[in-house]
Amino acid sequence: MTPAQLRPEDFASYPAQARSLAVSQLPLLQTLPLVFAALLLREARDFDWRFPPEQQAIEDQFSFLSSLPLSQRETLLRGFAAVQLPESARRIPWVAQPQQFLDALTAALWSTHQIDGFRQSAKLYASAWRQAHPEPQPAVPRLTVVVLGADLKLDGYPLFRKLRSHGVLVPQVTGDDGWSTLAALAQKRAQSHPATAGHLYIDGGEADSSLAAHLATTSYLALASVREQLLERISAMLTTANSGPEQLRTTMAQITPQSLHWPATSGDEAFRRFQLDVLTEGSGTQIFSTTFVQWAAREALRRAQPLTLVMRFAPRQHSLNMNEMLSGKTQGNATDPGGSLVDADMGAFYAWIDQQRLAGAEQSAFLAWSQAHQQAILIGPAVPRNTVAGAPMTMHQMLAQLA
Amino acid sequence: MQHAGFRAAAQQVAFRRRDFLRAAGLMGASAPLLSFGPLRAATRPRGRRVVVVTFGGGARDEETFAPDGQENIPHLISTLLPQAAFYSQVVNRGILGHYVATASLATGAYETFDNFAATPPANPTVFEYYRKALHRPATDAWVVAPSNGFNRIGESDARGYGPGLGAGVILPKHLLAAAMPQHRQSDFTHLLRDNYEDPYYTPDLHGGQFELTQLDSILRLSVNEFTGHALSLSSADELSVYVAHQLMRQLSPSLLWITLHDMDVAHSGAYSLYVDGIRRSDRLCAEIWKIIQTEPEYAGRTTMLVLPDFGRDSDFDSGGNGFQHHRTGDALSRTTWMMALGPGIRQGAMIDRPVQSTDLVPTIGALMGFTTPLAQGRALTEVLG
Repeated sequence: MTPAQLRPEDFASYPAQARSLAVSQLPLLQTLPLVFAALLLREARDFDWRFPPEQQAIEDQFSFLSSLPLSQRETLLRGFAAVQLPESARRIPWVAQPQQFLDALTAALWSTHQIDGFRQSAKLYASAWRQAHPEPQPAVPRLTVVVLGADLKLDGYPLFRKLRSHGVLVPQVTGDDGWSTLAALAQKRAQSHPATAGHLYIDGGEADSSLAAHLATTSYLALASVREQLLERISAMLTTANSGPEQLRTTMAQITPQSLHWPATSGDEAFRRFQLDVLTEGSGTQIFSTTFVQWAAREALRRAQPLTLVMRFAPRQHSLNMNEMLSGKTQGNATDPGGSLVDADMGAFYAWIDQQRLAGAEQSAFLAWSQAHQQAILIGPAVPRNTVAGAPMTMHQMLAQLA
Repeated sequence: MQHAGFRAAAQQVAFRRRDFLRAAGLMGASAPLLSFGPLRAATRPRGRRVVVVTFGGGARDEETFAPDGQENIPHLISTLLPQAAFYSQVVNRGILGHYVATASLATGAYETFDNFAATPPANPTVFEYYRKALHRPATDAWVVAPSNGFNRIGESDARGYGPGLGAGVILPKHLLAAAMPQHRQSDFTHLLRDNYEDPYYTPDLHGGQFELTQLDSILRLSVNEFTGHALSLSSADELSVYVAHQLMRQLSPSLLWITLHDMDVAHSGAYSLYVDGIRRSDRLCAEIWKIIQTEPEYAGRTTMLVLPDFGRDSDFDSGGNGFQHHRTGDALSRTTWMMALGPGIRQGAMIDRPVQSTDLVPTIGALMGFTTPLAQGRALTEVLG
């Protein structure tokens, strides 16, 4: 089927808001290149459980494309129209299963050496629509806090090496109220600037219930049952003929919270789906808590664009044979405190990069803190770069400097 | 790929790599050696052997040749590089999947098959060119590779080449899995460790791979010796090097290809494990070079070529997740390096001009004296001495 052949009934499998949106944009969709239409529908199909910034971005794109004269739109999208698709990809029902279609498209782009041209086309398009519809500035400057938990320890490791040139390294953090001070600030921000998924807390172990009461929260421990069910499915696939990474990806993408008997609570569907996506789309999020925190934070910043993000790393399990870890039967496995510290240090760097990609980056504040080593790094507009604090600081003092 | 932006980015990667090395005082003598004469075939020693070491699981500058990364590759930097010619800009324009990319390295042509399919390369491998042109026996070309997928890498299904003309393939993990006693399997799990993607892909093994029954007849090892020694090792790559050493002792293949794969654990997102893999590969490269220097059949007449199959994604490409994957196709993921050591190699030479990973096969052909008519690359004359 080509986009020109699209009819309202083709969106029958979409949830209510997504269906309504797609049908309302049908005249536009019918004029788009197939590859681009599938890309757009991949986003729009899950509209009902997207975070508000994602919904806004989808609507902005429809608005932007509609505003362009046809010839200008065709010029902007000609790179997508030029993609040569194999017949096998064309046979995939791309309206009902846009993700499966895009997986096939990706494989085809690589094998036919079209991937670089495709990337260029995507960059050109993203640049044009973001110029027309700039991302909205945050209500208050964003704050990201990364805590390397008390059990993460590796003597002699140079913490925050990749971040030092961007802020102030605090070689000695004093006081025993660091976590409670951070939690109080996050709670205060959540209460002062309420927003759906605007304040998030991701924990690699067990979440602090006092913070979880005020922030949208996910934790590695709380998702244990979901992770175990997913690992069971993965293990079953490993013993199935014709399985492979692509088949696994397709299967994982089809998993719903309902199929995992994951109960919904009112108003949290977008966040429940987000957590499932972290576990079904992220490599390693099911087996390493450090990977879970890093990937969840990356996706949270990209998708929810929170005003406040608190991430706390906990020790991950020791590395074992991958098949063994994917079996999910490693509960007694020891943890790796040193390796986890290295993972979390890199995770802090990536969280800072991801925060820098968002609107208002120049005003954003960032703090990473190792509880075991009592060191921290502060980055923000009020903080000098490439500096080492000359005296010990408390958490209160560090947050005051960031403000 | 042809656009100026990518070329500029790739050059930037290469120049940065060169600057790092110069800053470390490692390339000071290279300036007079930056231009080279043509191949002087007459000076090449007879009976030349070639050992190729690839990193199946890209390694980035950040964790290798960048200032902060050099601590991870002390052997490459301090021991091997001063003896090597170094290509700072090896571009892989093909599919960035480990099996298909390694197959492309081995054929000198960008293969386009599904990375996760048990498929032989479409183009003749360097092993087939070598054996067919020089009438070499099957025992003279071997591949030691990670277990899953790589079992078909020894020979293509290309017309005029193919079955019977390729290399023997040893999959050490597969061999160990077959050899280890059932009641002691837990003792060996660290040696059977795969990367995050491989467990999903477990093809039936068929083709030219090495069977357990050949352990004694070819490697002169009993099952007990093999499993006993394996217990003293810490990773799958160490097992590969151990098996490669046995091959060198028993068969002395003239063309030996070793693929190290531990670092591809990066796909699990654990940065510490990825760096551990790089450090192990660094140590093993030095160990392989030491073996070459001490084995009489190899000493003084062996060229070693070391190269990653490709890089990994940049920290700053929004389409990726940094070190974890190689999915963006950005300059960092496509651009890597190559080191060449051995008799006739111009020690300390730094070559900045962009070359392609498909140039490897024609280079091996020029080193060993055979042609590679279907390869897409060109021989790298600078290493031909």
